[in-house]
Amino acid sequence: MALYVALCYYDRDQYWDSPPEMEFSPEYMEFARRATEAGVMRGGEALHPVTMSTTITVSGGKGGDVLLVDGPYAEAKEVLGGYFLLEAADLDEAIAWAAQIPAAWRGKIELRPIAPVHA
Amino acid sequence: MDATDTLVEVLKGEGPRVLATLARTIGDLAVAEDALSEATITALDAWPKTGIPDNPRAWLAVVARRKALDLLRRESARAAKETAAFRWGTGAAPDQIEEAIEAMEPETSLRDDMLRLIFTCCHPALSREAQVALSLRTLARLEVPAIARAFLVPEATMAKRLVRARAKITTARIPYAIPSDTELPGRLAAVLAVVYLIATEAHAPTGGDAVARVDLEAEAIRLARLLADLMPDEPEALSLLALLLLTSARTSARTDADGNPVTLADQDRTRWNRAAIAEGSAWLSEAVARSGGVAGPYQIQAHLAAAHSTAPSWQETDWDRIVGLYDLLGSITANPVVALNRAVAVTERDGPAAGLAALKTIVGLEYSHLWHAALADNLRRLGHTSEAAGELHSAVTLAPSEVEQRLLQSRLRTVRSELG
Repeated sequence: MALYVALCYYDRDQYWDSPPEMEFSPEYMEFARRATEAGVMRGGEALHPVTMSTTITVSGGKGGDVLLVDGPYAEAKEVLGGYFLLEAADLDEAIAWAAQIPAAWRGKIELRPIAPVHA
Repeated sequence: MDATDTLVEVLKGEGPRVLATLARTIGDLAVAEDALSEATITALDAWPKTGIPDNPRAWLAVVARRKALDLLRRESARAAKETAAFRWGTGAAPDQIEEAIEAMEPETSLRDDMLRLIFTCCHPALSREAQVALSLRTLARLEVPAIARAFLVPEATMAKRLVRARAKITTARIPYAIPSDTELPGRLAAVLAVVYLIATEAHAPTGGDAVARVDLEAEAIRLARLLADLMPDEPEALSLLALLLLTSARTSARTDADGNPVTLADQDRTRWNRAAIAEGSAWLSEAVARSGGVAGPYQIQAHLAAAHSTAPSWQETDWDRIVGLYDLLGSITANPVVALNRAVAVTERDGPAAGLAALKTIVGLEYSHLWHAALADNLRRLGHTSEAAGELHSAVTLAPSEVEQRLLQSRLRTVRSELG
């Protein structure tokens, strides 16, 4: 089995607590329920808009000054609005699940394998 | 064919088969590739001395499997895979190749392994250019420099492309599997598209000086044969082989003695390869018999190629049938190039005024030298010589290769001389 993160991109920020995003909530919940039952979903969250982001840099190496920027790291037309962590046997299975996430038709999904981090 | 050629042919023919099974049993295409490359080097060294073994595939399989196990041992990070490989593996000492061959699993699953390899190389999660590169390296066993030359990219670029593609197969876990029945049509279409792309690159190489790169054409036909052999019930696989054979039959007539391109209308048809036409026609009949009356795009294109290949001359070509076939092709693939070829056939069937009208309805070929050249041809036939010269001038500017530029330039000179 392998872990994948399904990054949900949209053409504008998603305000999950207000319409019209709210009306899509049941679709996301339904996907999450099915994927959890199938043992595929290992996690996932919705993200607040990028205007709520803070970008952090520590200058001059570890222990240096902490510099903050109000906003996202990269100004882009597409915004990351949430993610799902999926566990699947292979890429085909992961794609089959990712294609059922509403973001796949409301925006686009980037599916990336999770790199194992060795101690 | 000398001894070295025979040896290379054997290695090219058996290599992908050995690789296909090895990749499944060790579960890593990249390692399997490296192991086969090492085994190939061993064979090139050993076989000239010992002669080609009775069962070269089994010989290669045993040596490649050993090389793979060595590679896995060396990479301690791959401990899990190593265990799997050993479970399947072999304890034979290096000098016990014969015994190891006898102990090998029966080859009944070879067909499935080959299909797995093909569908992995052409997986839609890989870019089309990665699919093409992998197919030529893995399935056709071409060396990296040869592939780089064929696609006019630096060797380092092609090597990087292959490394990246193999890494993605392993890291993203592209499965080494035959697609399910529901997925198969789409996945097969991708495989056929890769082979078709290799063939068209051979047919009309971008840039460079050669009119046709015969080696790529031969590789495309080799791959198409493999697909037809593995999937004898898939009419489009058979049709693609038919199409490539019928088109390749004209290759030697596509250039004159000076290496200049000769268009279909002017080709010396006695130089066409009749054996290839006969074989292509036979595969086409086979495809038709299996297609249940529904012709796919490759079948229609094969019919078109056959209609040209069996015509005694350009003038005596069955243009009505050709226009009809292009109509059919256009109805399943909305492609401006199909519309362009249809318009050329309309010119021959109904005259230049009708051809010109058909060309002018096509949108999206403003930057195609072929469209401007076709416009010029009709304008010239209608007596609009100066407009024809203008279109030819555009065509020369837009032509993607030197040989095509030369051809169009000579036409432009002729038209200008008519202007006086």
